[in-house]
Amino acid sequence: MELDGNAIGGLLHQVFGSDLTADLVICATCGASGPVAETVTYLRGPGVVVRCRTCSSVLMVISQIRGVSCVDLRGVAELSPGSYR
Amino acid sequence: MAGTAVRGRLTWQVATVTSVRRETDSVATIALDVPDWPGHQAGQHLDVRLTDEDGYSAERSYSIAAADGEPVAITVERLADGEVSSYLTEELRAGDQLELRGPIGRWFVWGPDDGGPLLLVAGGSGVVPLRAILRHRQRTGSDVPARLLYSSRTLADVIYRSELDQYGDGAEVIYTLTRSQPPGWTGYSGRVDAAMLARVAWPAAEHPLAFVCGPTRFVEAVAGNLVAAGYPAGRVRTERFGGT
Repeated sequence: MELDGNAIGGLLHQVFGSDLTADLVICATCGASGPVAETVTYLRGPGVVVRCRTCSSVLMVISQIRGVSCVDLRGVAELSPGSYR
Repeated sequence: MAGTAVRGRLTWQVATVTSVRRETDSVATIALDVPDWPGHQAGQHLDVRLTDEDGYSAERSYSIAAADGEPVAITVERLADGEVSSYLTEELRAGDQLELRGPIGRWFVWGPDDGGPLLLVAGGSGVVPLRAILRHRQRTGSDVPARLLYSSRTLADVIYRSELDQYGDGAEVIYTLTRSQPPGWTGYSGRVDAAMLARVAWPAAEHPLAFVCGPTRFVEAVAGNLVAAGYPAGRVRTERFGGT
């Protein structure tokens, strides 16, 4: 099921400690920028996958095993708190 | 201070159902008493977690149907094979308890300071956060012009119809029915497309602010058409949902 960054607002808040949905994210692959809320998200895999809406590259992967969250930000060039709106 | 939400942290808390109101055959509005609720903004959502006796748990996100300052309520549509939505719409009763966390979201939110004119486009139960925005606009006495274009399958599937039909004062509600229309129907028929948006949406020159909520494919089509009509991408805020 393909959704968007709004759908992982709660998970991101849990992992990062604040609501990131309006934060600016810049794709390390293509340089596109936009709010986290407008990314493409997949919740059904073994973990949550977040992709760039412009080039579809993986921005983040978040997996949770026995209460431990594993966050891979491999595809993110920049994540700027609260700066988009 | 056990049980008190720590400021800034998003913690699961127990809410008590105060009422369950049937909106349509498959949709119900659940009003909740949440002791440590920090307040919310129109357009935000919350996460619900259900845990069974074996410890299996399932989480889902639901838009908040209430305006800022109103008691928390969510409106839930029962999905085919929806293990959580079936329970919430069919079995839940006043007095039952639910685990939830929220409010969530800072992007798909509107307040009078954000201005407009506002274009709200809803597909099915995507109307829920947009209803909260319309209620907030009215409760604050905002004079920002607002139009809601609301796509449903049939008239019987329209959620909040009696409330939406009462809007005036610069807020218009325009319906389109995609599957069947009753005799004498004067609203639109068929899916929201570029031609319908050309008639309903504010011209891009008026610098409108759009909120689009619905199933993923609905949102993609509407947002794409609005951008093609000259709306800057940053003025088209979107929220997609689907059964997970």
